[in-house]
This record gives sequence, C-alpha cells and structure tokens, in this order.
Amino acid sequence: MPTYRDEAVVLRTHKLGEADRIVTLLTRGHGKVRAVAKGVRRTASKFGARLEPFMVADVQLYEGRSLDIVTQAESLGSYGADIAADYASYTSANAMVETADRLTEAEGSSQQYLLLIGALRSLSRGEHEASLTLDSYLLRALSLAGWAPSFDTCSRCGTAGEHTAIVVQLGGVVCSDCAPPGAPRVGREVIDLLSALLRGDWTVADATDASTRSKASGVVAAYTQWHLERGLRSLPYVARTGESA
Amino acid sequence: MYEGVVQDLIDELGRLPGVGPKSAQRIAFYILQTETYDPSHLADVLTTVRDKVRFCEICGNVTEQTTCSICRDPRRDQTLICVVEEAKDVVAIERTREFRGLYHVLGGAISPIQGVGPDQLRIRQLMTRLADATVSEIIIATNPNVEGEATAAYLSRLLQAMEVRVTRLASGLPVGGDLEYADEVTLGRAFEGRRLVG
Repeated sequence: MPTYRDEAVVLRTHKLGEADRIVTLLTRGHGKVRAVAKGVRRTASKFGARLEPFMVADVQLYEGRSLDIVTQAESLGSYGADIAADYASYTSANAMVETADRLTEAEGSSQQYLLLIGALRSLSRGEHEASLTLDSYLLRALSLAGWAPSFDTCSRCGTAGEHTAIVVQLGGVVCSDCAPPGAPRVGREVIDLLSALLRGDWTVADATDASTRSKASGVVAAYTQWHLERGLRSLPYVARTGESA
Repeated sequence: MYEGVVQDLIDELGRLPGVGPKSAQRIAFYILQTETYDPSHLADVLTTVRDKVRFCEICGNVTEQTTCSICRDPRRDQTLICVVEEAKDVVAIERTREFRGLYHVLGGAISPIQGVGPDQLRIRQLMTRLADATVSEIIIATNPNVEGEATAAYLSRLLQAMEVRVTRLASGLPVGGDLEYADEVTLGRAFEGRRLVG
C-alpha cells in the first residue's frame, strides 16, 4: 500500500533543505510517523498552517523508504493559534508534545493520541489553568504507558489510608511502614490534587490554591523525569502561575 | 574514496548545510577541472569572513564594524523598531523598500522543545533600546508560525507596561495563491484583517 490516510497531531517540526520540513506526527492508527512536508515553508504552500505544531489534521501520506511524504492535509482542529497566543499555554503544550514524542518512541497508541488532542483542545480553549492541564496530561499519559502512580493506597504494600510520604521511585505515596528514612512528605491537599488530576476531577483541581498547585507540579515533574529517564527539555520553561511574561 | 586532499575537500564541502555527498563531489571536481575558475578568491573570502564579520552591538544584524549600516544611517526613522528573528529577515524586509525604520534581530524564536527560552534571545537588549523613549512603535515581524506567534505574544505582554505602540505584521492570503487551498487559520486571519476598498 503506497499511500495511506490517518488522523494525526503534529508533535514537532524540523527544517529540511530550502523550503521543506520534517514533521513528527502522532497518528491515530499508525503510531508515530516522521514525514516530509514538501515546500511547506513557502508562503504559497498548499499546506499553510495545517502542519504546524499542535495542529490536528486528516493527512494522506505516501510511504517512503526512511521518511514518508505528506501529500494532502485537511485541518481537523487548529489549536496552534490559540495556544501560541498565551505564553503559559504555549510552554505547557511544548512539554506535552515532547512527552508524547518520548512515550511513543517504540509505538504509539490511539489512546495516547486521543489523550493528547483532548489536552491540546482544553489548553486552546483555556478551560483550566495551563499548568494544571499539563500536570493532568503528564500523569495520565504516564499511566497509559504503564507507569500509573498511586495516590490512594501505599504503592509498595497496598495499604489504604491517608498517606503523605511520596516517593517517585516507588510509584507514588507510601505508608509510614514502607517509607524510607527521609522520604519527602507533602500536605494531604497536594495528594488530593494529584489524585484529582489523575482521575480528571476538575471541580476539585480548579478549587485549589497556587501553593498547592506548585507543590503538586513539583511532584509531577519529578515523577515524569524519573520515568522518562532523560529530562524533558521544555519542562524548565513552563510558565507557572503568575510568572507568564 | 579518493586519495588525500581530494577526499578532504569533498568531506569539508559535505559538512555544509544542504550539500550531500554527491553534490560535494560535483563541486570538488568542478574546482579541480575547470581551468577558468580561480578558487583563490573563495579561499580568501572564507578565511576573512569569520574574522571580519560580527554582530551589530545595537540591533544584532551582521556587520563588519561595531554597528551595522542601518543603525548608523541618520536618515532612518529612529522612532520605529521592527523586531525580526534572523538577520536574513532584515534583508527580506529591506527588499520591499516599504520600511525606513530600524531593526532588532532576536536570534531565533522561543521554542522550549529545542531548549530556546526568552533568556537565549536578545530580548533584554531590546528593552535597553526602549529605555530613552525615542522609540514610539515596535513592529513585531517574527515568522507567522507557532514559535513566531508565541514569541510575539510574549513580547507584546512584556511591552504592555511601556509607553510604546506594539504592532504585528498582518497575515492573510499570499499574492499569487488560490483561495481554495488556503488553510482555515490563514483564511480566518485574512477575514479578521479585511479592509475597506476604495
């Protein structure tokens, strides 16, 4: 089959030659695809803004030897413009696509695709604070990849309870018996927020204060960096509450 | 594989952007075989370019002196600054002959995924240029892509506090293009920025 068609979200782009770009796409049915978009940097390109980062498009691709070639693209969701208009959303979206790129290095799944476009849509509409959307996305994307954190029961022995010690290396909260000496402890409200972000309970998450969100973001960042092994380049640039521009 | 210096030449040419192994070989043999071509001028230019060319202390454009010819020109409108990503963009805008103000080259666009944040760009230098209140308008001419738009949004928020007019280059339909091929974002912008005829 020389050509195929799929829905895709653009993760990142690299310049190629005079006017081309290599676009990294996360597709619904074909996993992660790297493809060449010819002439896309020319102002009169037929692709226009459809193959910019954070765009969702219905694409037709031609199978190449090492890279595929984009032959047609129709826009399904143009989130890029709204995301770029807000610096906090832009930096959060960068961290999201970088995470998606890393998590789908071996193979992508339609669930990862749907989770990412849901998060980008939410960011573009400004439904919640950008850093909350990012943290919720990170926790859920890692869960889909098989690294679900535990915030309700001890991640080592499974004992239920209101634990406050959190060890990212062990996979979430741990009870007093399992907690290694010097294990960091956070307030119960931070654990509740993390749990709400993982479940997608936005009523709880939106009601939290800036200090709780900042502590929860710290835990999410540490958890993400631990499982992705190499640090995310874009995470230090994420504009958190009150520091956007 | 060729012997010695021929292979060295092919390898060096092949390190340049956009030059593959086949093109490198073709250029190398052109230099070797064409008697009318004198490569000494190219050799001179290559050795002096890195020593002579530097970045303008004011705007960041390429120049052979401490400041570029545009910043030195007293006939240019000192109240206008056009902010661009690269020195190449200055040349593109100069070709239009529409703009008579000054420039500021940022040196790229904000792209966290590539490790480029606001601190890696020449944003602080731009703020310093605005300190003496001669400038009345900043025209943001970053590329109309996601990175460029995000950089424009960041700059406009930063400049809000200052008493300066901030404008963004218009975007819309390209001259010579077909309406049916225009994407939704571009066409939407064209509608947003439509203007009265006559």
